[in-house]
Amino acid sequence: MPVKVSMTVNGKPVAAEVEERTLLVTFIRENLRLTGTHVGCDTAQCGACTIHMNGNAVKACNMLAMQAEGADILTIEGVAAADGTLHPMQEAFREHHALQCGFCTPGMVMSAIDLVKRHPKPTEAVVRAELDGNFCRCTGYHNIVKAILDAAPKVAAMR
Amino acid sequence: MGSLNFIGASVKRKEDYRFLTGGGQYTDDVAPERATYAVFVRSPHAHARIRKVDTAKAAKAAGVLAVYTGEDVAKAGINGLPCGWLITDVNGQPMKEPPYPVLAQGKARYVGDRVAVVIAETYNQAKDAAEQVEVDYEVLPAVTDTASARKKGAPAVHDIAPDNTCYVWALGDKAKVDEAFKAAAHVTKLEFVNNRLIPNAIEPRSAIGAYSRADDSYTLYVASQNPHVERLLMTAFVLGLPEHKVRVVAPDVGGGFGSKIYLYGEDVVVTWASKQLNRPVKWTAERVESFMSDAHGRDHVTTAELALDKDGKFLAMRVHTTANLGAYLSTFASCIPTILYATLLAGQYTTPQIYCEVTAVFTNTAPVDAYRGAGRPEATYVVERLVETAARETKIDPAEIRRRNFIRSFPYQTPVALLYDTGNYEATLDAAMKLGDVAGFAKRKEEAAKRGRLRGLGYSCYIEACGIAPSNVAGALGARAGLFEAGEVRVHPTGKVTVFTGSHSHGQGHETTFAQVVASRLGIPVEDVDIVHGDTSKILFGMGTYGSRSLAVGGTAIVKAVDKVIAKGKKIAAHLMEAAEADVEFADGVFKVSGTDKQVPFAQIALTAYVPHNYPLDKLEPGLNENAFYDPTNFTFPAGSYVCEVEVDPDTGKTTIESFVAVDDFGKVINPMIVAGQVHGGLTQGIGQALLEGCRYDPETGQLVTGTMSDYCLPRAGDVPSFKLDTRETPCTHNPLGVKGCGEAGAIGAPAALMNAITDAVGVRDVPMPATAETVWRALASKKAA
Repeated sequence: MPVKVSMTVNGKPVAAEVEERTLLVTFIRENLRLTGTHVGCDTAQCGACTIHMNGNAVKACNMLAMQAEGADILTIEGVAAADGTLHPMQEAFREHHALQCGFCTPGMVMSAIDLVKRHPKPTEAVVRAELDGNFCRCTGYHNIVKAILDAAPKVAAMR
Repeated sequence: MGSLNFIGASVKRKEDYRFLTGGGQYTDDVAPERATYAVFVRSPHAHARIRKVDTAKAAKAAGVLAVYTGEDVAKAGINGLPCGWLITDVNGQPMKEPPYPVLAQGKARYVGDRVAVVIAETYNQAKDAAEQVEVDYEVLPAVTDTASARKKGAPAVHDIAPDNTCYVWALGDKAKVDEAFKAAAHVTKLEFVNNRLIPNAIEPRSAIGAYSRADDSYTLYVASQNPHVERLLMTAFVLGLPEHKVRVVAPDVGGGFGSKIYLYGEDVVVTWASKQLNRPVKWTAERVESFMSDAHGRDHVTTAELALDKDGKFLAMRVHTTANLGAYLSTFASCIPTILYATLLAGQYTTPQIYCEVTAVFTNTAPVDAYRGAGRPEATYVVERLVETAARETKIDPAEIRRRNFIRSFPYQTPVALLYDTGNYEATLDAAMKLGDVAGFAKRKEEAAKRGRLRGLGYSCYIEACGIAPSNVAGALGARAGLFEAGEVRVHPTGKVTVFTGSHSHGQGHETTFAQVVASRLGIPVEDVDIVHGDTSKILFGMGTYGSRSLAVGGTAIVKAVDKVIAKGKKIAAHLMEAAEADVEFADGVFKVSGTDKQVPFAQIALTAYVPHNYPLDKLEPGLNENAFYDPTNFTFPAGSYVCEVEVDPDTGKTTIESFVAVDDFGKVINPMIVAGQVHGGLTQGIGQALLEGCRYDPETGQLVTGTMSDYCLPRAGDVPSFKLDTRETPCTHNPLGVKGCGEAGAIGAPAALMNAITDAVGVRDVPMPATAETVWRALASKKAA
């Protein structure tokens, strides 16, 4: 049975008719063609699909599109300013070479922004523990940790 | 203009903006019109005869367009997947090469072997229908364990290899080695397993075949490290298609680490099927498929011995290894535990005699091929565990025993075929010991003991051979491919430059590093140079990226093309300035007549080449576009010293890495920021092997026990420390950039450093990898019991 879903994605209202079993990540990638949100493991371990739903980081591969009915969704495509200026977290990732192949990067950035929201002054140990749900196979996390520690006060200053 | 030299500058990456904003385009992001979706039916058994595949129900399911089996691809004349390296065994016989069909024929030989494919209008329809394919299996006994594969009575994976032996291969003078062992004052012997790993690039493999009836051509989008090789193997050997009618595009690729070098059956099936259906066919692996069917790495069982004289000088090394190749020969499987392993056993030392015998076996497991380091991590593990153990046994300081045996004069011919061009091993060891404050270790150990912790320190002084070459020597050793690289430098009329490279970037940052090289050589801004890779329709040819070869081989091809551009530019400049060509010099982006103030900037030469009004048309073609192929004369030899310090909690066995120091000699460094990133990543994969990762097949059923990210333990941010890095520089002597390669070093050097530190902390000879808390706790318990 197809169902209607509607939500706000990156500030724009969207609606579509989808199969009930459609995952939120599939809806974002296939229906909306926002392909920055990636699927790395299908089972909520790798974090490549991390998005924000109503302001909190969630793994879009592990919920149905239906469960996001009426939600306010932010994907990586909506993080930079409208003129293309990078968010301070994105800028810190660039500055510190916190990405290589780029596949985990969107999920990593979404998690990182959520992390500093919850821990405005994180220590290295807090950052490492909080990144538990995001795998990166390229960087060894070294520069990701550096980038997040560097970005934290700048992101805090945005609010 | 002198500031336009970017060699050694940490230029921020050109590729980052698109990756940070969701603008990357990976294979699964490509959405062709009228796409169909493929789902593979995979064997749930490690070894089974396929009595019948009943596709009738699946074929009738909603949205299904086709179901193909092994019989269908056989009928279509599709050949098996070829192996790119012929190993000749100790008796002069070629290795056993069983057929490697794209869909299983007659038998399934590992859990995850492709048995059928279902193609439907939507992914969900294909997935539903795949469950309706009924396969009648006769389950057979399976062998998955490396050490048991040759045991009498072990089930044969292939009829042509009844003893499961692909080859027995050897390198070195056995008689001389045996002689040296007899004369030794001390012999150190270790037996260990180099644990099997599953690469797990975060982007799963993906392939989209798209046939165009309009011009009878194919396009394959694929997550590949080497699109031209993929095309060559697929067209010439498997599908028999005209090469010029097939375009292979490897767009942004989300990590490879070796696992995306190979031609896989899925790639062939979607390409072929797209013509049968006259529609694009898309397949993307689920993570469980990555675990089951990506080529795995390592998996050696080794006995290794080191003979020393009374002063701790190494006299000889003797190594016997059994290497697991899995169920089929993957593209480069055969050369990994041989050519890329035994040749590295000299390490950084003057060991005069080395003998290595490798028995390669088939088992009912996923094919095993190159994974980051490919043979060299296994070799380094053998050498550096032996050396450290020998030091402990002979009561010589482990750094000192290494110094007594370092190679100090170059070029150096090892007894295992390689000719090291340059190096300075003492320099990296000195730097690593200083950075790691080895002098203060005893105090830290004491302090840790007061807290009830066991502190240990371990070294690893690795060498690797990168940029495998030259082609003719590799050919004589069995390579069935060339090992050069190609590049093209296209100067546009405005002086902007597009560079086409046969190397492929899947995280390494070529778009930045290569642009730095070209911009520096031409004296133009980095922003004026773009790098294009990963598309056979744009790039003249390419061997791709593996073995840390991109800058040393691919970069050199580009440099050669740039130099041709400059040479032609001099001719144009000579004409414009009415000077003799021999008097024209090029530096900092300007052509000058030496000894005069006459000069023309690069951009003006470019414009002149494309608007050839005042131009020597009688002697020179217009345009400014040059190609080059480069076949290196030798490998490059990066080397370095790692020092790792750990603490073990004796109550739980848990190991914490307190400090990890890596000092590498990669020759000339173009972008230190990118190089450090490569080292961080390599170290973490090496730490993963040593502490966390280990592929397990159930010995009874052959089931893959570590088949998900919750069963197979990949390193997370909390498992690794921040690293302390430094570099030393002895430029490579045989390429113009003086570069050696940096992508694999960390994964090569790290496991031995870590295991040397853990065994030091615990006070035992050996702990098997991965040194999980349980494993270390058991080692402590058995030590106490003894």
